[in-house]
Amino acid sequence: MTTTLTPEAQREMLRQMQIIRRFEERASDDYIAGKIYGVVHCYIGEEAVAVGVCAALNRDDQIISTHRGHGHCIAKGADLNRMMAELYGRETGYCKGKGGSMHIADFGIGMLGANGIVAGGISIVTGAGLAAQMEGKGRVAVSFFGDGASNAGPFHESINIASAWKLPMIYVCENNLWAASTAAATTLAQEDVAARAAGYGIPGVVVDGNDVLAVHEAALEAVARARAGEGPTLIECKTYRQRRHTERPGQVDYRTDDEIAAWMDRDPIPRLVEHLKGQQGQLTDAEWAAMDSEIMATIQSSVDFAEASPFPRPEAALEDVFAD
Amino acid sequence: MRTISYAAAGLEAIAEEMRRDDKVFHLSTDANRDLVDEFGEQRIRGTPIAEGALTGMGLGAAGSGFRPIVDWRMVTFSFVAMDQIVNQASKIHYMFGGQTKFPVTYRASVGGGTRLAAQHSQSPYSMFMNLAGLKMVLPSTPYDVKGLLKSLIRDDNPVISFESTRLMGMTGEVPDGEYTVPIGVADVKRQGSDVTVIALAWLVHEALAAAETLAAEGISVEVVDPRTLVPMDAETLRASARKTGRVVIADEAGPTAGASAEIAALLTEDPDTFAALKAPVRRVCALQVPIPYSPVLEDHVFPDREKIAEAVRDLAR
Repeated sequence: MTTTLTPEAQREMLRQMQIIRRFEERASDDYIAGKIYGVVHCYIGEEAVAVGVCAALNRDDQIISTHRGHGHCIAKGADLNRMMAELYGRETGYCKGKGGSMHIADFGIGMLGANGIVAGGISIVTGAGLAAQMEGKGRVAVSFFGDGASNAGPFHESINIASAWKLPMIYVCENNLWAASTAAATTLAQEDVAARAAGYGIPGVVVDGNDVLAVHEAALEAVARARAGEGPTLIECKTYRQRRHTERPGQVDYRTDDEIAAWMDRDPIPRLVEHLKGQQGQLTDAEWAAMDSEIMATIQSSVDFAEASPFPRPEAALEDVFAD
Repeated sequence: MRTISYAAAGLEAIAEEMRRDDKVFHLSTDANRDLVDEFGEQRIRGTPIAEGALTGMGLGAAGSGFRPIVDWRMVTFSFVAMDQIVNQASKIHYMFGGQTKFPVTYRASVGGGTRLAAQHSQSPYSMFMNLAGLKMVLPSTPYDVKGLLKSLIRDDNPVISFESTRLMGMTGEVPDGEYTVPIGVADVKRQGSDVTVIALAWLVHEALAAAETLAAEGISVEVVDPRTLVPMDAETLRASARKTGRVVIADEAGPTAGASAEIAALLTEDPDTFAALKAPVRRVCALQVPIPYSPVLEDHVFPDREKIAEAVRDLAR
């Protein structure tokens, strides 16, 4: 792992990744316990992608997420209390309890929403990129999506337009090897999604998606290119979904033990911890333990906030169908 | 007053709103030459034929401070974009708890009579009416299409302007000055006392023609045009039904789960209106088949002034 980032900046990335990890571990536990409803899709194992990319963005840059969206929300700066309250279905949640895990958004920080449809957000955020270009203030927009979405029409339609119009877009494919229950190995026409960039005349970059520093480097370059008016970049982050498709108990798991074990060895969080420890002691065991304790306390207070928050009034179901 | 065509009235609405608000821009697979000349290729964008992407991009730009107009052209092509319409546009304001506004206007022509066969002769607005979260209109005159389109472009929600293919060349009076037609307000196109015909789009004109014929036979017909499909002005429709006690609903779409079915339900589930009815509500709709090509077949499938007149005579008897 190499970088020009300061130790402070790297420790902040580590902190962000660990917040995502701990937030989702708690969300999974509370989902199993029946306190969170519907479904929870965990991003665990892929945290380096969201954190590495969002660290290259400004607050007013925009992103769009997927059904596996907690990591993107947190990396873009979302409030953990309002996120957890949304999962708990409370009035104080980001969507007043109308969205849940698959539909968290925070337009105030440029987070245009998680999305329950694979590939459903790609054209929406491309429209945000068009808006950024027409506005002319140098903002960029990022589409996060998975290997599954790369096989769907919106990926191709949107990248074609973004390239033709040189929109300030970064398309980030999180190739976690599994699209719900189908393997990338049997559904991708060629191994690298990034190779498809050539067909649209834009740079396609393959990066180790479990190396937050490598992801960040690639994102910086793509963002600079987009801000300079040179058009979109496709970044493919090779990563792994450490959990099953959802946290729903009893779901069939198609992954093999060998595959899981090989990727657990490449877990992005221990990798950055070891890297920082090895670099002239930029992180000590005690510091790492203290950071984790502080994060655990923050997650607990988000749960406390959610549990102390009221459920919405039933009649609130009739509100927000239309803007006034 | 000057007269212009239904199609020209729509273009005037767009041009006026683009002059009024520099956040309005236009995405379409067919960039109108006059609009490009006035507003340039940045605001009047000719796009790839990729309606799914255009529909989503309009929504994303709307959530980012712009007021895009996305012209699907024929409603046929909107089906290519159904994920973006059904899963995204209709729900985005609600499922995110009303955090931000999505002022995007979609346009689509609907209806048949052009010998274009099944895929290009559709009137599927009731499929969209069924989705909570989209407003939509179906105007019948140049005056209404211009006024309603201006209101839609200014509305802060995803909205659809369904415009009648058969009426594109129809001319009518449109004032020179600024005006809008409010969303959600029906219009009584002809006053009458014996039978109400609630008609949509092209069938408003067929109903008016039928009303002339029927007047000579001594039957007084009131013609009501809902103009907006969502939100429907139920009260104006009910008031007319209570006044005449007899209702024919005329729609170029098929009857099954159609706008006509919704209107019939809105009338009959209201106790006062139900009590005032002197006869069952009658529907005059397209036959429930895909639209065929041959003129003999197509004309057999669609309702027209004769079929409306026949239904009115039946009810008035």
